[in-house]
Amino acid sequence: MSNMINGFQRQDGRIGIRNEILVIYLVECAHHVARRIVDECDHGKAQLIGFPGCYPNDYALKIMKSLSTHPNVAGALLISLGCESFNREELAKAIIDSGRSVETLVIQEHGGTVKTINLGIEAVERLRVEADKAPRAAMAVSDLIVGTICGGSDGTSGITANPAVGRCFDHLVEQGAICIFEETGELVGCEQFMASRAVTPELGKLIEASVNKAAAYYTIMGYGSFAPGNAEGGLTTQEEKSIGAYSKSGNSPISGLLKPGERPSNPGLYLLDVVPDGEPRFGFPNISDNAEIVELIACGAHLILFTTGRGSVVGSAISPVIKICANPDTYARLSDDMDINAGIILEGMVTVDDIGEEIFQQVIDVASGEETVSEALGHQEFILTYKSFEPSGPSCMPNR
Amino acid sequence: MPFIKSKNNGVKFILLHSKDNVLICSAASRKGDIVNIDGDDVMLLCDMTMGHKIARHALGKACIIIKSGAPIGSLICTVVPGEHIHLHNMKSDYIPSHTRKASGGNTSE
Repeated sequence: MSNMINGFQRQDGRIGIRNEILVIYLVECAHHVARRIVDECDHGKAQLIGFPGCYPNDYALKIMKSLSTHPNVAGALLISLGCESFNREELAKAIIDSGRSVETLVIQEHGGTVKTINLGIEAVERLRVEADKAPRAAMAVSDLIVGTICGGSDGTSGITANPAVGRCFDHLVEQGAICIFEETGELVGCEQFMASRAVTPELGKLIEASVNKAAAYYTIMGYGSFAPGNAEGGLTTQEEKSIGAYSKSGNSPISGLLKPGERPSNPGLYLLDVVPDGEPRFGFPNISDNAEIVELIACGAHLILFTTGRGSVVGSAISPVIKICANPDTYARLSDDMDINAGIILEGMVTVDDIGEEIFQQVIDVASGEETVSEALGHQEFILTYKSFEPSGPSCMPNR
Repeated sequence: MPFIKSKNNGVKFILLHSKDNVLICSAASRKGDIVNIDGDDVMLLCDMTMGHKIARHALGKACIIIKSGAPIGSLICTVVPGEHIHLHNMKSDYIPSHTRKASGGNTSE
């Protein structure tokens, strides 16, 4: 096979494309200590993620468990203040049960800021030694989970980068990979098209219901996902943005509807429903693009395809982000932040299919260890906020 | 993807889908530029930047705008062929759009 990837074997049977150590703060009060530990370690030794809230939240615990047992993660250091309500014991147990290494430091028990930072630096060293022992394993395209998101969309996104990602997704699904697209709130107006692509009529109804839930939720919030930059870039309405976003999904049948942290087990294309269930309680579903990236990663995404017209610069902790620039003018200004220039499609020299093939090849290269631009620049954005979800019913994944 | 060529400046506006009633600007264009739309020469009434839309035909108030073969909202007034279609003459049929100016408190469409 020409497309074999050299991955990292985990004891739970999963295979990763990166070998990360996470330093996880469990409340904002532990953020500074955790950040100093990461900063004091050499570049690339550890990544910082965390949850700011002091009140308990089942969703946040579930996402943290999914992230800290992600195939790209080798081990984790938990930084607790001590009195927050995050269930650090349950998180540590989930990490141990997955065969990964974990250590926990409680600032109130270990003597405060300086002592905890020093202990944390030593802990990261131990975790890194363990991580470096991870055996390598051959990985096929069919072992990959790939997520996609668009951010800073403009009138070019839906013409160049998004349909090119759709072609790449079609190619990945053909080869047995799992592909995930998302943000039902950015798909308002496309629900009937999507429902018609579902593998069962029941799933189609659930997809329509998920978009209707998103439309109702955003109506109560008073704003759709439509941001001022979208209008400056030529997009006029939520539906127009949606049609462009929708084209990232390609043409494969839709095999299931996921909620954040649910991992599909069979190959195919999946829609991630990121809008909380029930009455709006905690504000906007996802307050920025990285919240969506975190949820895709929590569903197991090894890497993320991020399309942008206006020019986002972000990356992510845990999984590499490949940035695909839709707009040739933006590319000219921000080429140092972009992996792929899809805007040249507008010049008529290359086709959507050509760029789709280039993205596919980039997926293989990045999975094989090549750094993305945002990785090289040190981007490791992360955000996790309060949410609540009902568990998915069996009709959401008919082929499970 | 069929390209609509403007008279002097090569490819400037593209038709994404045969059912569409708008064309998409694929390179910055100036007020007064002549665009050939379906055989007719039409003069641009304002400067246009990439990603923005113009009317393919004369369109009436409440007309549904079709882009990429799908409905994306409706007109709030009539437009002439080649006219810029954006927040000033079109609205969402789902959720009001907001602009940077409107972030201060006004919701504009």
